Amino acid sequence: MPDETQSATSFVEKPKTLAALREEISSGRTKATDLAASYYARIEEKNPRLNVYLSLTKERALAQAARIDALAAKGDPLPPLAGVPMGIKDALVVQGAPATAGSKILKGYQPPYDCTAVARLEAAGAVLLGKLNCDEFAMGSSNENSAFGPVRNPVDPERVPGGSSGGSAAAVAANLAVATLGSDTGGSIRQPASFCGVVGVLPTWGRVSRYGLIAFASSLDRVGPFAAHVRDAATLLGAIAGHDPMDATCSAAPVEDYAAASDKPAAGLRIGVPAEYFAEGLDAEVRAAIEKGIAALEAAGCSIHPIALPHTKYAVPAYYLIATAEASANLARFDGVRYGYRSPQSTSLAGMYAHSRDEGFGAEVKRRILLGTYALSAGYYDAYYRKAQQVRRILAEEFLRAFAQVDAIVTPTSPFPAFKIGEKTGDPLAMYLADIYTVTASLAGICGVSVPCGATRAGLPVGMQILAPHLGESTAFRVARAVEAAG
Amino acid sequence: MSAKVTVADVERVAALAHLQLASEEVEPMRRDLNAILGYVAELNQLDTTGIEPLAQASERMDGQASAGHSALRPDLPAPSLARAVVMAQAPESDGVFFKVPKVIER
Repeated sequence: MPDETQSATSFVEKPKTLAALREEISSGRTKATDLAASYYARIEEKNPRLNVYLSLTKERALAQAARIDALAAKGDPLPPLAGVPMGIKDALVVQGAPATAGSKILKGYQPPYDCTAVARLEAAGAVLLGKLNCDEFAMGSSNENSAFGPVRNPVDPERVPGGSSGGSAAAVAANLAVATLGSDTGGSIRQPASFCGVVGVLPTWGRVSRYGLIAFASSLDRVGPFAAHVRDAATLLGAIAGHDPMDATCSAAPVEDYAAASDKPAAGLRIGVPAEYFAEGLDAEVRAAIEKGIAALEAAGCSIHPIALPHTKYAVPAYYLIATAEASANLARFDGVRYGYRSPQSTSLAGMYAHSRDEGFGAEVKRRILLGTYALSAGYYDAYYRKAQQVRRILAEEFLRAFAQVDAIVTPTSPFPAFKIGEKTGDPLAMYLADIYTVTASLAGICGVSVPCGATRAGLPVGMQILAPHLGESTAFRVARAVEAAG
Repeated sequence: MSAKVTVADVERVAALAHLQLASEEVEPMRRDLNAILGYVAELNQLDTTGIEPLAQASERMDGQASAGHSALRPDLPAPSLARAVVMAQAPESDGVFFKVPKVIER
């Protein structure tokens, strides 16, 4: 028993704020190279247990850190994220580093270019430590679908970190990076942020370029940051957001100063609380923690409004039809021809495709490809895919109507705290239902933040999901700051 | 849409998706697909007559962000990745072309 208590606390460590790091580096008290080296030392010590990093980019990181140190030594102005040690979800490509997306089919792949979000972070001075474990092709809610083994939750290593960006959340929770990037298709940033007790941002669909994100479901996929502090998450979103000529779906709307916006008090904001997110299936301790968070918002001067989102229960089925249909098309590119794994046991082209894909993909990815292919196949398209898209419009419009009455909507991020490794792996449908509170915002394209909001008696973190309308990130950050301040 | 998925359905869909499932994979997939499709049949409760399908969220952002969503980059020639860099990633290549197993049988 004493061992259990020890393991439950030994991995959690809160990273410093970006402001504190900036002060240390610009004053010369801390060298960026020493900081990077200290993170690599910590990774070497903790990663064997947590399995957060899949690969390290030491050479590139130390070269970037040396550039920052040279600037600081000359007294030159430092870029905004100078020396900040960061990790990147392995579903995003970084030139010269392996990119597996958690899949055996991409083992050994070395992408020949940088994704836009990573290039922007590096241009802003960030130091990229390495690539982070995730569910295969971002498909999963527990990080147990990685071909390279599950990530363990730093709060309790017997539990999952959530998924699919489990490595990105766990890295911040264990201070194996100051901040990280992940991707969110149906909850893959928000849910692991909530399970690991960190801040995770779902930007508006189109707010951040997806160039260099290995695609899962393109009408849903988004890239976003994880951080230990709300203001830092806002700063990071500001660094990666904005138009990119390499992604035609990326919005040209001006990028706001999210960090400054998050400094504004939340007083006066109208907060909607949808009854459907507090119904049957919600863990009692999670409910109590969120209700306490809502009371804190009221105490901070927000007005609380009960609202109704009656079609919420249709979101998970609509989501799994749309996401798998798009995935079945996106994953067609993995064919053993241009990169990645090729099966040796084939003498015909068609056989080579089919064997490479069967041997390269894991069970959940195959399940989703088959489901998506089924939903798009002749005779079923209207009944499944078209129907789901119609429901998607109903859900999106329901949110827009709600946002005519309130500035933000708050809910639990997940109906339960982090579950045990292996607890849900036998039942794919039970795993899909873990996404019940996150997929609706994904379908609607709106933005949100998951912010730590208390814990269960056993010490498992609870996350509050704060949703705001399209391009309403500033509002979501303001509310998140108020929740953070109360915690 | 409360179809019962058969083994033949799984095999048909796997062939469409170019997935050569091992024989022991077929039955668990059939079971899982049935469970998931049974669950998504909940959507049948909803009358969606006359509702336009929503393909992606940018359609709902008109007036807020549409400026960026329709902006295509100028159609100008620009260098692409070097052939040698790309070919280095191929499972099999002669340096100029991707090599694949025989396509046409004699």
